[in-house]
Amino acid sequence: MDKPVNQKAWFLVLPVLVLVAFSAVIPLMTVVNYSVQDTFGNNVFFWHGIGWFQEVLTSPRVHGAFGRQLLFSAIVLAIQIPLGVAIALCMPRRGIWVSVCLVLMALPLLIPWNVVGTIWQILGRSDIGLLGRALDAMGISFNYARNPLHAWIIVVVMDVWHWTSLVALLAYAGLRSIPQAYYQAAEIDQASRWKVFRYIELPKMRGVLLIAVLLRFMDSFMIYTEPFVVTGGGPGSATSFLSIDLVKMALGQFDLGPAAAFSLLYFLVILLVSWVFYTVMTTIDRAEG
Amino acid sequence: MNLQWMAWTAPTAIFFAVIAGLLVLFTVLAILFPETPRRGILRIETTRGDRLFITLLGSAYINAAWLALSGLPQWWALGLCALYAAAVFRWV
Repeated sequence: MDKPVNQKAWFLVLPVLVLVAFSAVIPLMTVVNYSVQDTFGNNVFFWHGIGWFQEVLTSPRVHGAFGRQLLFSAIVLAIQIPLGVAIALCMPRRGIWVSVCLVLMALPLLIPWNVVGTIWQILGRSDIGLLGRALDAMGISFNYARNPLHAWIIVVVMDVWHWTSLVALLAYAGLRSIPQAYYQAAEIDQASRWKVFRYIELPKMRGVLLIAVLLRFMDSFMIYTEPFVVTGGGPGSATSFLSIDLVKMALGQFDLGPAAAFSLLYFLVILLVSWVFYTVMTTIDRAEG
Repeated sequence: MNLQWMAWTAPTAIFFAVIAGLLVLFTVLAILFPETPRRGILRIETTRGDRLFITLLGSAYINAAWLALSGLPQWWALGLCALYAAAVFRWV
């Protein structure tokens, strides 16, 4: 039977369209307009062409922020994905402890970003923070406000604390969906624990793990609040990731033109990754039916 | 309606008008000549709209790379983008 074709339902999308126009499209168009002009305030603009784009594309400062951002995302992924899978493998499959584990794992995900930042900012201080004091007592002088390596450690550890549960929960959901028959077959074949993981669990978790990788990459690539609260991008510019540097440029220095060009290039990277994310997800959905 | 706060310029207005025009054109094409998605060298199913998106996004990267690396007139990048667009619509 042929389905009736009725395109009138598209009108139901109109409210969202209007909302997105006001919250995203019009501001984005304004940013594009800013990116080709210079201003000294008072809403007076001067044509500058593609100069700002050239400046941003060849600026060592932006390259630095981009490099730090990629390094941060790479470190965070390299820790969170294996750790999340390991935690998921250790979680109980049935019984009362399942709910306890799930609630405990979900807790960090529910805390607002700036609160996470404040928690770690205080925790790491050597005068009043538990972690800072403890490290101090052990003879390690830990100071994330002055030592770039320490700043990186605290920002990475904070992100791992905040988001590993997401990976673990996704991996756990993937593990739970494996039918018991696979494990029984593996037992009959006397497969080792490693072989069960390598040939049953890992392939079955592929879809959710891919989603976890892409989600974590996107989130860490756009990170702003937590490092801003903890280190403010410092010491110097050691933890100035893309968002932090962009805000410094746009609001701190009020360089609207370069900041607009910067944010458009940043947006292009996000757009490409989002597109890959969407394409991979829909391809997996289709493949798994 | 006062749009002064948006700081419009003629080139950016043309830029958005071209994109809006392309969207309208592809919508009309999709209505007049319905199509089934196909699989190209990227091994993903794409429709004409998907290929337009890939073209526009890729063109942005080509322009940025041209500006950062070549030092030659930016207009030449547009020619490169046209070649890229033809390739995308032919093989992706």
